[in-house]
Amino acid sequence: MEYEEAKQKILDGLTKKLKSKSKFYFNDLSKIMGVKPREAKKVVNKMVEEGLLEYWSSGSTSMYGMPGTGKQAAAEHED
Amino acid sequence: MAKHETPLLDQLETGQWPSFVTDIKREAESRAKNERNIEYQIPADVCEDLLGVLELSFKHGRTHWKHGGIVGVFGYGGGVIGRYCDQPEQFPGVAHFHTMRVSQPAGKFYTTKYLESICDLWERRGSGITNMHGSTGDIIFLGTTTPQLEEVFYELSHNLNQDLGGSGSNLRTPSDCVGQARCEFACFDTQALCHDLTNEYQDELHRPAFPYKFKFKFDGCPNCCVASIARSDLSFIGLWRDEIRIDQEAVKAYVGGEIPPNGGAHAGRDWGAFDIQKEVIGLCPTECMRYENGKLEINNKECNHCMHCINAMPRALRVGEDRGCAMLAGAKAPILDGAQMGTLIVPFIKVEPPYTEIKETVIEPIWDWWMEEGKNRERLGELMKRQGLQRLLEVTGFAPDARMVQEPRTNPYIFWKEDEVDGGWERDINEFRKHHQR
Repeated sequence: MEYEEAKQKILDGLTKKLKSKSKFYFNDLSKIMGVKPREAKKVVNKMVEEGLLEYWSSGSTSMYGMPGTGKQAAAEHED
Repeated sequence: MAKHETPLLDQLETGQWPSFVTDIKREAESRAKNERNIEYQIPADVCEDLLGVLELSFKHGRTHWKHGGIVGVFGYGGGVIGRYCDQPEQFPGVAHFHTMRVSQPAGKFYTTKYLESICDLWERRGSGITNMHGSTGDIIFLGTTTPQLEEVFYELSHNLNQDLGGSGSNLRTPSDCVGQARCEFACFDTQALCHDLTNEYQDELHRPAFPYKFKFKFDGCPNCCVASIARSDLSFIGLWRDEIRIDQEAVKAYVGGEIPPNGGAHAGRDWGAFDIQKEVIGLCPTECMRYENGKLEINNKECNHCMHCINAMPRALRVGEDRGCAMLAGAKAPILDGAQMGTLIVPFIKVEPPYTEIKETVIEPIWDWWMEEGKNRERLGELMKRQGLQRLLEVTGFAPDARMVQEPRTNPYIFWKEDEVDGGWERDINEFRKHHQR
């Protein structure tokens, strides 16, 4: 799968679910793309690099979300 | 006078043990005086606000920290743990109080100059409070603000040649015992392997794509000083597969009381003369030793490497010459499913740079399986329990070995797979009916 196609799939998938949740496990992203985790990781890393996804961590578990989404986003940014 | 009254915390100082409250008060006082004229980059009263919010939590019986956060340094999904206070107006010093994990040097070897440097950095750009060391071994920096994260990371990586450690669903900072640097029992160079795998798996350490945390720990011998068997998803335990080396003269010296047993430990009390029969031979778990006519004999085939005799008489007994390590998988603390010890998956493997066999035949197949099959927040040990050891053997291609099981099974059923049975599941019904009526 081309990067652009995978990227769009993730953005569409995450936007669709935004009403119910804003943070996603890595496995959720692999499933949206329909590829194996190793391949999904390359796409996800690039999307983080481009600022399209951001990490969220409780300390023990990591999740991904789109910047600016979710309840905590406003509270956690500097402005 | 302290900024906040802390009667409940003060009680914690009255016990007979050292108190973290005293430590934090001391740091608060030092920051208030600022005798070294440090240009604090976060509020100088951070420690006082920390005590204040903790006192409030004790008073209310609930936490005033929020859960997790979206902070980090650019490109890293681990190493920084966002902590925010839900009473920022009352305690502005800890409105942000993020934790940073700093990857500890292999074997925790560092110079005082290095320690001073990281402490100075944290005094200036953080709260000054550290945790040496976290349970994964990291140097833990407790409490700084979001704008300081990149600054701390820049100084660590550019001035101190130091990386952040692992947190979240990442490979956690690999941790090892002191190894061959100071220990004669170490059967492989734990620091070399720990350092090599840390460098090799940088992507796994910093960019989370695992279902949950994953820990490597390296013990040079079965004494397990970093408790890898209990605390790591993949445990490396040094051992030998030939014979324990015996110096019969030294054995006699122990028996004669010329050398104190256990390296002189337990010397605070008179335990009487050393009794080799009672203290060594009789305690051998496999009963594979005997001492007769002034000669110690070991049936090495029965030895299970418990280390007791070597620990008791280190001058007389030494680990063998054909050394490597055993690998165990699936240990974990009790979070989702109870605590588990590691399960032996590789009885013996040579530990030689560049460690290709360990990486390609053990670590990576296990990761591939867990990444594909593991549920969210499921540790490797839980997946092994859910899908079975048999499945792990299939995905890794390890040959089943009697040493992988603790006891004979009690379940009499054998579930064969089609390709394991001659002719598979297909049969000629007409041929069958010739011998069996309907």
